[in-house]
Amino acid sequence: MTDKPSKLPRTIPVQSATFTPAVNAEIRRAAATGIYDIRGGGTKRSVPHFDDLLFLGASISRYPLEGYREKCATNITLGTRFAKTPIELDIPITIAGMSFGALSGQAKEALGRGATAAGTSTTTGDGGMTEEERSHSRLLVYQYLPSRYGMNPDDLRRCDAIEVVVGQGAKPGGGGMLLGQKISDRVAGMRDLPAGIDQRSACRHPDWTGPDDLEIKILELREITGWEKPIYVKVGGARPYFDTALAVKSGADVVVLDGMQGGTAATQDVFIEHVGIPILGCIRPAVQALQDLGMHRKVQLIVSGGIRNGADVAKALALGADAVSIGTAALIAIGDNDPKWEDDYQKLGTTAGAYDDWHEGMDPAGITTQDPKLAARLDPIMAGRQLANYLKVLTLEAQTIARACGKSHVHNLEPEDLCALTIEAAAMARVPLAGTNWIPGKGF
Amino acid sequence: MTTIDLSENGLRHLNETLQSQTQGTNQQDWEIINPRGSHAIAVGLDAPIHVTVSGSTGYYCGGMNKQASITVKGSVGPGVAENMMSGMVVVEGDASQYAGATGRGGTLVVRGNAASRCGISMKGIDIVVEGNIGHMSAFMAQRGNLVVLGDAGEALGDSLYEARLYVRGTVKSLGADCIEKEMRPEHLAQLAELLERSGTDADPSTFRRYGSARQLYHFNVDNASAY
Repeated sequence: MTDKPSKLPRTIPVQSATFTPAVNAEIRRAAATGIYDIRGGGTKRSVPHFDDLLFLGASISRYPLEGYREKCATNITLGTRFAKTPIELDIPITIAGMSFGALSGQAKEALGRGATAAGTSTTTGDGGMTEEERSHSRLLVYQYLPSRYGMNPDDLRRCDAIEVVVGQGAKPGGGGMLLGQKISDRVAGMRDLPAGIDQRSACRHPDWTGPDDLEIKILELREITGWEKPIYVKVGGARPYFDTALAVKSGADVVVLDGMQGGTAATQDVFIEHVGIPILGCIRPAVQALQDLGMHRKVQLIVSGGIRNGADVAKALALGADAVSIGTAALIAIGDNDPKWEDDYQKLGTTAGAYDDWHEGMDPAGITTQDPKLAARLDPIMAGRQLANYLKVLTLEAQTIARACGKSHVHNLEPEDLCALTIEAAAMARVPLAGTNWIPGKGF
Repeated sequence: MTTIDLSENGLRHLNETLQSQTQGTNQQDWEIINPRGSHAIAVGLDAPIHVTVSGSTGYYCGGMNKQASITVKGSVGPGVAENMMSGMVVVEGDASQYAGATGRGGTLVVRGNAASRCGISMKGIDIVVEGNIGHMSAFMAQRGNLVVLGDAGEALGDSLYEARLYVRGTVKSLGADCIEKEMRPEHLAQLAELLERSGTDADPSTFRRYGSARQLYHFNVDNASAY
């Protein structure tokens, strides 16, 4: 046969699994601008998470509690180790640190209102304490950050707990930069800098390095506040066993551990996606450190990063945490990335659910902005109610699961109540693969 | 003069006693004896009292001070007068690293030398060092004045914002975005006032002024290597 077919068969176009359209778009963006991509939020990639765990529930060998009739408590006390005045929360869910500057005053007020209505605490951020959040938060945790923007002894004394921030999950080892467009006169005044300039936040504290220094810094903070306030130490998920042990050694009342799903106001995308580990891989090593030191439940452990529903809350507690903290979910609850602003998101070249240019201050939802017109879109009373509702749902869901496991307090959930759907999750959470008694690394 | 023996009474008693002094207190003069290098001495004070520490201290002496006048007859460890709001802290000896870190107001005077990162991230404090200062001093300094009668180490004023730096001796090197600036009459007047306030005898005209070139105030990829 020498006749050539009139039309040769051809392969279909195949997109590279390595050079995906998103990867190629980023290469083109980098080539055009010469600068890395900055965005807000936490990791967007798929990582082993709480979805990879399941509760076993009750069976013949375990009996459940009657839903809605038999009590399943949710209260938690934080700061029982050294503080004269520990914090009493009604629910084991707190609001994570987010700064005024990154967020509008209205958003901070909404977070305070919602948290207070739900019986829990909210947290300042890298910009000092505002009246909006102090007056609307019954319990307010004051962050002590490397930048020390707005830090002063009066606010230190009128907070309910102090959180020494060593790092956060979105960027362990990283500082920050609040771009000039969000530096209003008020933000600038609180930070002792000229309005309109980019503000860099240091990645290390200016007056201490290492655990030996941290112990002395905590002593100073306790002496300034009369040993009243619980002192938290917050670290990003990186080396959870050692960081937890060193925080305890340094005198922390509470350790806050933030996985890579935890959000940030603005950081390089490459940092968010490639530094730090998922919260699922953090909890058991941290709990192990506390147990090895005989401090589990004496030093409380708060975990954060990707908590979305009551199942996530229950799973974190079952793995040994005392409480969880939410940031991104709280923002969504008060209106962040709401499809009702889709037309505005489209104008910004994005879509509801994907908007993450929080650093640019153009947030259609009025949350991550300092523009008065945009900020006025958020009704802090209504948004506060939404957050309170959401926190109530998280709590009810966690209670539902805990009762199904026969627990009269959500803190009685334990690893034995869990199994894993994947080998990765089984290894990280140190619970058996579903239907087996195999925990990777522990043998059969 | 009321004397507190730190070795007998303990740190909590000391700070609680000093912190409980109020605006109109009759007990204005205090002496702390036997400090023995303890940390967090006289922190969080908020009254116009005079405190003399007879000996050397550890970390964070005079931390977050408001209103009080604290004199250390010895040397101090890291972070003396950190985050000071107002008042005055005088160190008759030397100061370790981070002296006056993030200070927002008041005056810190070091009669001897100050180690590295003196005035780091300062936000309004005035610091006068009669001796030399170490490397990376005034790193990311935002507001206030740093006066040095001796020499400055490497990378002075790195990533400086609006703080003013006056140095009489040599500067080993300037940090990113820090440049020498013209000493105008208003600067000479300000320097004279700072020297007088700190009880330091020096001729303002013998100093040089350094400040921010303001080239890093807005992120620009062309400056990426400087960040």
